[in-house]
Amino acid sequence: MFVKAKRLSALTLSPVLTLMAMLNAGAAKASSVNMPPGVTTVGQTIYGLHMTILWICVIVGLVVFGVMFYSIYHHRKSRGVTASTFHESTKVEIAWTLVPFLILIVVAVPATTTLLDVYDFEDAELDVLITGYQWKWKYEYLDEEGENVQFFSNLRTPQSEIYNTESKGEHYLLEVDEPLVIPVDTKVRFLVTANDVIHAWWVPELAVKKDAIPGFINETWTKANEVGVYRGQCAELCGKDHGFMPIVVNVVSKDEYAEWIGSKQAEAAEIKKLMAQNFSLDELMERGKGVYDRSCAACHGANGEGGLGNAIAKSPIATGPLDGHLEVGINGVPGTAMQAFGGQLNDVDMAAVITYQRNAFGNNMGDLVQPIDVFNHKKG
Amino acid sequence: MGAHHHGPAKGLSRWLFATNHKDIGTMYLWFSFSMFILGGSFAMVIRAELFQPGMQLVDPLFFNQMTTLHGLIMVFGAIMPSFVGLANWMIPMMIGAPDMALPRMNNWSFWILPPTFLLLASTLFMEGGGPAFGWTFYAPLSTTYAAPSVTFFIFGIHMAGLSSIMGSINIIATVMNMRAPGMTYMKMPMFVWTWLITAFLLVAVMPVLAGAVTMMLMDIHFGTSFFSAAGGGDPVLFQHIFWFFGHPEVYIIILPAFGVVSQIIPAFSRKPLFGYDSMVYATASIALLSFLVWAHHMYTVGMPVAGELFFMYATMLIAVPTGVKVFNWVTTMWRGSMTFETPMLFAIGFLILFTIGGFTGLMLSIAPADFQYHDSYFVVAHFHYVMVAGALFSMTAAVYYWLPKWCGRMYNETMGKTHFWISFISFNVAFFPQHFVGLAGMPRRIPDYALQFADFNMMSSIGAFVYGLSQLLWGYNVISTIVAGKPISDEKVWEGAEGLEWTVATPAPFHTFETPPQVK
Amino acid sequence: MTPQTSTEFEKYYVPEKSRLALCAATGLFLSLFGAANVMNDMTYGDPSVETNSWTIFLCGLFFFLATLFGWFRTTIKENRAGLSSAQMKKSYALGMFWFIFSEVMFFFVFFSALFYVRNLVGPWLSGEGDGGRMNGLLWPGFEYTWPMAITPQEAMGGAASQPIANNGDFVSFEKSMAISEASAWWKWLPLWNTIILVSSSVTVHIAHSGLLADNKRKFNLWLGISVLLGMIFVALQALEYYEAYAHYGLTLNSGIYGSTFFMLTGFHGFHVIIGMTMLLVQWLRSVRAGHFSAEDHFGFEASSWYWHFVDVVWVLLFLFVYVL
Ligand code: HEA
Ligand code: HEA
Ligand code: HEC
Ligand code: CUA
Ligand SMILES: [Cu+2]
Repeated sequence: MFVKAKRLSALTLSPVLTLMAMLNAGAAKASSVNMPPGVTTVGQTIYGLHMTILWICVIVGLVVFGVMFYSIYHHRKSRGVTASTFHESTKVEIAWTLVPFLILIVVAVPATTTLLDVYDFEDAELDVLITGYQWKWKYEYLDEEGENVQFFSNLRTPQSEIYNTESKGEHYLLEVDEPLVIPVDTKVRFLVTANDVIHAWWVPELAVKKDAIPGFINETWTKANEVGVYRGQCAELCGKDHGFMPIVVNVVSKDEYAEWIGSKQAEAAEIKKLMAQNFSLDELMERGKGVYDRSCAACHGANGEGGLGNAIAKSPIATGPLDGHLEVGINGVPGTAMQAFGGQLNDVDMAAVITYQRNAFGNNMGDLVQPIDVFNHKKG
Repeated sequence: MGAHHHGPAKGLSRWLFATNHKDIGTMYLWFSFSMFILGGSFAMVIRAELFQPGMQLVDPLFFNQMTTLHGLIMVFGAIMPSFVGLANWMIPMMIGAPDMALPRMNNWSFWILPPTFLLLASTLFMEGGGPAFGWTFYAPLSTTYAAPSVTFFIFGIHMAGLSSIMGSINIIATVMNMRAPGMTYMKMPMFVWTWLITAFLLVAVMPVLAGAVTMMLMDIHFGTSFFSAAGGGDPVLFQHIFWFFGHPEVYIIILPAFGVVSQIIPAFSRKPLFGYDSMVYATASIALLSFLVWAHHMYTVGMPVAGELFFMYATMLIAVPTGVKVFNWVTTMWRGSMTFETPMLFAIGFLILFTIGGFTGLMLSIAPADFQYHDSYFVVAHFHYVMVAGALFSMTAAVYYWLPKWCGRMYNETMGKTHFWISFISFNVAFFPQHFVGLAGMPRRIPDYALQFADFNMMSSIGAFVYGLSQLLWGYNVISTIVAGKPISDEKVWEGAEGLEWTVATPAPFHTFETPPQVK
Repeated sequence: MTPQTSTEFEKYYVPEKSRLALCAATGLFLSLFGAANVMNDMTYGDPSVETNSWTIFLCGLFFFLATLFGWFRTTIKENRAGLSSAQMKKSYALGMFWFIFSEVMFFFVFFSALFYVRNLVGPWLSGEGDGGRMNGLLWPGFEYTWPMAITPQEAMGGAASQPIANNGDFVSFEKSMAISEASAWWKWLPLWNTIILVSSSVTVHIAHSGLLADNKRKFNLWLGISVLLGMIFVALQALEYYEAYAHYGLTLNSGIYGSTFFMLTGFHGFHVIIGMTMLLVQWLRSVRAGHFSAEDHFGFEASSWYWHFVDVVWVLLFLFVYVL
């Protein structure tokens, strides 16, 4: 009996002690047991708040459990004690109502100021619109400098790593094809929304987590003090691949940012120019193959043989009227995994991939789609 | 048709057509135990998939179904009915009543449950799979984007809700109307008090949940736009309604557990419960506050800052009455004369681990900090500390405590203690590391995770398997006690136990208190 | 609540085992299972495939209602055989009271939803207020009014116009039911409905006072009138729905106004039908079987509580759905 009580106390205290040891080991940065303080002032304040309340709990816990174990040890029947009969004391009841209340007020004050800080969206220098899709993120730069810059950010980890046929890379599941890029020391305002279901945009080191609600825009902001690559994940269950929609943010120097956004601008301008252009079949087929491999092959198979999606080779749609094919590509098939790609691919890429599907894998339709056709189809 | 002087009927009809509170209580308890095994095996699937990074056993959609049904079945199928079963068995015996106030409705409340949960489980085999949107089923994932089985899920919730409402009405009527002479409100055992308050909570919030699923049904099948911005609605409306139900729901789970512990700790301390009156007031305050805090689950949905502040303050306040309860329990032990049989061990385990879970709850209530904790494994750790080590440990304690009274046989104490120690240790191995991975950034409801979370997840899975297996020991102990335990006949099984239930014969006869006892 | 004396306890009646509960559970389950199948056929099904969903639903429903009928009959018989003690009756009264309370909470949800969308969501969607700073970006051109004559989706040119968050096709109405759109107050149906329902509450009260004075004729007469008023209410409500669909273009698809309007009035109408049935049964019991006396009439009393509750809900509904 006696030994067991001691064991009980050792056991309960041991997690607390381990925790304390781990925290004191200075494992503040990139810790695997604690909240990262991160690279923003707000994040560090939150971290401080977290540690304060944690320590308060540890101390209250030590007192409560201390008294309890003392009692378990000394006031046991096997030691021959007889039970007292006291069972009431208004004084102590009032005391232990008031003391926790006062402790809570002490915590509530910094919590309130931090919260107000998080909600202060004024003076943002850059606006980025973040839209959650099943299961990827879209980033759109809203200021003048970044006008027209928008892109999707997809998981880059290959299926082979996920299904264990290849060894997993360093940033397994936390890597994307195109990260969000923002400048350091700049207050960036994120406008967060979603296209289908609710997602949540979470990057621990930037101390940002905001739900992306379809049809509504939520605001939040960050101001990173350090250049670096910061990783996070979607934090709201959003369907099958919720676990596979990571976020990567590249915080770069202001110069690098200017350069990057410039190149993105040029790219966008290029696309815009291309939209007005007519292409030859070869040009479209070449571009289309690239788009197909990137965006469609995962479901329709590298050779159009099908998989999660229907086969494209000899498909009644891909060998049927052009309009129907465009419709599926642009607006998807509601209620199936076939999404509306019209909002995801630009008109040039859409024209190319449709052309490609109609002329590859033995579908020798011979017709070709120009960006203007896509544009017209979208207009209805 | 005199009600007196007849024993249980023979055969299956005893159970199918039961009106006796003890029989119905027994059915509730066995039903919830089977649901515990089912929900637990879903948890085992979850932990097995999370044993290592990479996808090994199930595909992501099925994983989501496991998470969803695990949560739903544990909450609505295992924990809630188990405490209703306990209420059925104990409340009439504790207040000196011959039976529940509305015995036939009592049986109806029970018999709604088995087909409902059978239906819920069968959705797994339907086209498109079962519910895969979490036990919180946020729209529009649960409406526009859900599989057709969602309709069955909705009606399942309706039926489970109806069962709970009728069960609670029965408990309210019993407690308010059937107390023995002299059994004033302030003399009722704490377990009865906590259940009375829980029943009020249930009657108030189960219809709210029913309203939420009804609106889902309308959105899915009848073209309304409650949860769609395009028609002028709002997906967040769903969350407000859900959590207006959901937060009181977590106290529905824990309050009867508080009641059990308030019976057991005094019994094994051989000392009256300290601060009975303040316990009653604290319980009532927790219940009242629970209506004002729902949006602490929604700090990140983008509420106006005034709302955030209100919900943060209100949530923090709940620590005060809960603290009163914890302090009262500890003071009850103080200068008692304690022994540590299995029920007491589980009660102490409850006290320690629930308090830890409460502490993490308090951390979560700090809105800015919750921006980092929310939807991470830190939350998962929090609620398993309060629900498994809280509600479930308390339920386990209750079974060991009252089983001898129920069946007139003593369970195997060594096996019981072994069960406790394995459970206590493996529980912590399973769920303590989840705090770490959560803080370090692992989201919940994911079937696969980044490499830095691997070690703690493996530890957690091992702990979970051991914890799960040790529950078989419990099942074995209970069954072998019923079948072949050492017969006992003392009315009072435990030296320090107080209360009317210990004044009737052991095992408790089919009808107790045909003439009411006089309570001084 | 005073504790009982021991003599009351002796009379406590524990029913024999009973198959009512199991039958009720089966009936409830079958009818809801059938209903779910009917709805799934409607939304996801292939219309050319015959299913037996309706059969399951109707059989289940019938079985359920028959069981309930039998259940109440048993209870009434027991009561008339003098088996129900005063304590038992009090349990029934408590049960009824808390059941009505749970119904109050049910309506509370739908009212809350209405307040939430009217006062918060609408303005947010048009980009106003604390929660909706930037929503103008998503729904340019949407202006919030209540009744919401143009949904955000329509403001942007309909379902097909843009891909964001279109979880359906929401076409608004030409005319709403609000008082502001009525051509003249005396042509405004909801007003007449209110008058009818409120007077039916009064007539039920008169019937009750008749019963208390042991005047069964008065009771039968006024209870009959109450039931009649209830029927007129339901008929007018049906007429209103017909008008809405046929002439106002106001349907379940009409965005959030249509959703809340039909949800609240429909759910209320459903409760009126239940309450009316309850009153009708009491009337039949009294007229055909001579039940009820000044001392013993719980069946009627419970039904009248329910009726008053339904009435109060309507008054709130009238205020918040039609007038304000
Ligand atoms: C039995 C169930 C139960 C109980 C009792 C509690 C109790 C509490 N919970 Fe918990 N909670 C859940 C079940 C429960 N919770 C579940 C299931 C979820 C997740 C739902 C989901 O998303 O799926 C959740 C999630 C949850 C969240 C949302 C997290 C998120 O998603 O971001 C929050 C936030 O505030 C919270 C807070 C609290 C608080 C403050 C308490 C308090 O009641 C705790 C009070 C107790 C103490 C504080 C300890 C004892 C007190 C003292 C010793 C006094 C002195 C102490 C001090 C002053 C420090 N809980
Ligand atoms: C009271 C409620 C309750 C209880 C008792 C439990 C019990 C357990 N839960 Fe529970 N859990 C929830 C309520 C509960 N949970 C809720 C509400 C959620 C959120 C769901 C959501 O996100 O929507 C959740 C989510 C949840 C997750 C997160 C899933 C995710 O986010 O993807 C995990 C992961 O580890 C988990 C694990 C466990 C384990 C290991 C147990 C163990 O305690 C179970 C032990 C029991 C058994 C194992 C059964 C008995 C034994 C056998 C059948 C023998 C066979 C055993 C073996 C072969 C080992 N639970
Ligand atoms: C996530 C999986 C997925 C991706 C990625 C995907 N599709 Fe599909 N696609 C589907 C599914 C599933 C269907 C079958 C839909 C149905 O049931 O009608 C489909 C059907 C089609 C069809 C109709 C085929 C037929 O004959 O029924 C076309 C054309 C098509 N997709 C084009 C594309 C194009 C173009 C892309 C890339 C830009 C693409 N898909 C990417 C899943 C996908
Ligand atoms: Cu997107 Cu989870
Ligand atoms: Cu809560």
